[in-house]
Amino acid sequence: MQADFFAKKRRNSLGFLLILGAITFGAIVITEYNLVKGFESLPRAVTWALGNFYPTQESLSRLPGILNSLLETLLVSIAATTVGASFALFFAVMGSNTTRVNAFFGSISRGIATVFRNIDVAAWAMILLFSFGQSSLTGYFALFFGSFGFLTRAFVETIDEASGGSVEALRATGASYFSIIFQSVIPSSVPQMISWVLFMIETNIRSATLIGLLTGSGIGFTFNLYYKSLNYDIASLVVITIIVAILFIESISNYVRRVIL
Amino acid sequence: MEANEQVVTGEQLLNSKSTKRIKIKTLTKSTIVIRITMFFLVLLTIIAFFNFDYKELDIGEAMLATFANMKAMFLEPHFKHFTFTHALHQVFVTLGLAFLTTLFGAIIAVFLGLLAAENLTSKRVSAVIKGAVAFIRAVPTVLWVLIFAVAAGLGSVAAVIGMTFHSVSYLVKAYSESFEELDKGVIEALQASGANFWQIIFQAVIPSSLTYMISWTFLRFEINFAVAIAMGAAAGAGGIGFDMFMASNFYLDIREIGTITFFILAVAILLEVFATKFKKKLKVNG
Amino acid sequence: MTALLEVNHVSKQFGNDSKALSDVNFTVNEGEFVSIIGPSGAGKSTLLRCINRMIDATGGEITFDNMNVMNLKKKELKMVRTRIGMIFQHYNLVNRLSVIENTLHGILGKKSTIAGVLGLYNQAEREQAVRILSMLGLGEHIYKRADQLSGGQKQRVGIARALIQNPRMLLCDEPIASLDPNSAKTIMDHLRTISSQMGITVIVNLHQVDVALKYSDKIIGINQGQVVFNGSSKDITKEDIQRIYGSEAEDLIFDIGGIHAS
Repeated sequence: MQADFFAKKRRNSLGFLLILGAITFGAIVITEYNLVKGFESLPRAVTWALGNFYPTQESLSRLPGILNSLLETLLVSIAATTVGASFALFFAVMGSNTTRVNAFFGSISRGIATVFRNIDVAAWAMILLFSFGQSSLTGYFALFFGSFGFLTRAFVETIDEASGGSVEALRATGASYFSIIFQSVIPSSVPQMISWVLFMIETNIRSATLIGLLTGSGIGFTFNLYYKSLNYDIASLVVITIIVAILFIESISNYVRRVIL
Repeated sequence: MEANEQVVTGEQLLNSKSTKRIKIKTLTKSTIVIRITMFFLVLLTIIAFFNFDYKELDIGEAMLATFANMKAMFLEPHFKHFTFTHALHQVFVTLGLAFLTTLFGAIIAVFLGLLAAENLTSKRVSAVIKGAVAFIRAVPTVLWVLIFAVAAGLGSVAAVIGMTFHSVSYLVKAYSESFEELDKGVIEALQASGANFWQIIFQAVIPSSLTYMISWTFLRFEINFAVAIAMGAAAGAGGIGFDMFMASNFYLDIREIGTITFFILAVAILLEVFATKFKKKLKVNG
Repeated sequence: MTALLEVNHVSKQFGNDSKALSDVNFTVNEGEFVSIIGPSGAGKSTLLRCINRMIDATGGEITFDNMNVMNLKKKELKMVRTRIGMIFQHYNLVNRLSVIENTLHGILGKKSTIAGVLGLYNQAEREQAVRILSMLGLGEHIYKRADQLSGGQKQRVGIARALIQNPRMLLCDEPIASLDPNSAKTIMDHLRTISSQMGITVIVNLHQVDVALKYSDKIIGINQGQVVFNGSSKDITKEDIQRIYGSEAEDLIFDIGGIHAS
């Protein structure tokens, strides 16, 4: 019996490793990935970065322009998140089992949010590019759709977790639907929701860089400009400003989270 | 309650009723911070709308055009520049990129995660690893890929290595947190029996966290699928994302984008369903 | 004494499965203190929630204050609910709000939607809240956040929220199940006072037989969704308890013997 147990366990692990190995092999073949080149490129990338990828004295002169487009990206990310969050709040209240008006509207709200969540922001950007062209609005709407989908799901979970009991209590007192939402659901969920919004802003700033590359706006476009023209010193300065901005925003949101949660 | 805070009793409130209204809101640090945060978010949003680079765009017209586009995209998808088999092949390329990224990321993250778990190493080592992870996360994935593309050339190598960075940072956080949840007593018991560090890791720490680790890893695989699409588009890594980029930027074919979107949605939803089933099975067996 | 609440042939079925309640009948008089006892899963909570229609019964008739609760429209139901207070095992407070805000939630049912949404309460209502909280011994905690209170204090806020409704009847769902013995006694004493001095009818779900016997005028015993005992707490016998709790009651019976003896 005991020997059997260990033998079975070993067989299971072996089977798992074999499957993993097979998938890995398949993935390497289909993506034409070159393992040797992969390992080689690491030291090469480091050497190259140490030799070329740092800002010089003259690249600093481009700083004002870089900061300008960074600011644009930051503002787009924040605006997309807050507007997305207000729509998400409405859909989450409709979609949560605790607060929905009825099952029909509940499923519809959650269904809409699922579609928006499962299309990546990069895909949204390429779709929107058709009608909005190379303006900030393309990125704005792409981020808005993505944030809306993600935050709806996060808010539904927050509402279900935070306010089940007090909603029941207020329903028992005969309070109206809107009184319950504003006096119980929102006060219980606001801190957690703000935490999600801050998280979304951080994520959106990173996505905004990518979208900027695709749609020709913001800091992503600025990076691409210098990168493609082989001005690696200025490109590195762009990366540094992005790092500083993201770390700065992360530290603010960590502080806010610590105080409110 | 803080010592210097004055306690107001009900009687005092009732006796002083003629002079002032009874307050019902109390301002705590938490409510103040919540309000300040909300205020700034709204303010920055308003500033953003004034600051947008609209490029003389007619928003109403663009919105209508978007609706029309979406209708064409979702209701009239077609194949023009590629075939069904080609699209399927490209989906598998994207899945392959996501898989390799997740695999490499997971292997590296197990070791870094062990070092980052405070209960297994020291506070200082943990802080160093966590700091490095925060730094990695601060650089957007697309920039990692493009930076590596200079050394390795555009393609799957640069894409996988570049995408591995964020996978590592994400999984280190997830793994180390599940390692930290491990009961102190278990480690102590094994230490008492004379087991060394690696024996404890492989006999106690990893087995007891395995279920968590697998579900986090799979979640990261789902994320990596989306990232791989984006990298295909933005960094020429190939796969279905690159076809989408071509359809959007060169052929300007919204109906073909619709086809690709359906492919992506199908895979994403399949992965989600599979993940849910897989997790249930793990729970039963685990 | 007049009957305030009449429950006739009430049944409740969840989905196609077994019946949670079947043919439940009892009446409760104005000012009475009634305990509903029974093993967990017997249907006590479902029964209590059918009375104010937090759960809709599938059959039967419930009359509260000469009004058939089962036929009420949304608006009328809200009116009835404003006159029935409810107290919960897990207190169901909004943890992040202050004690007085949680108390004032009890009068939201009487307010217009706008006033409710904005949380506008007048001075008289505020004074009333403070008065009730002082009466329940919470005068010093008015501005504390609900999550800073102990379990017993939270439950007293729950009672205050129910009392400010100015209710005819209180429904208490396992009010002491999560409390230590001392806090449980305080809560039960308060409920008893509310019943005897304010004339408010109190219906309590309990699983502690000794507590039920000590505090109530009347006991309703439920097992598997059916009423198996309905009578004065003085008349209850060992056999009744055994019928309510089934064979697992062995240990309980010794307790009962002790209480009847003392």
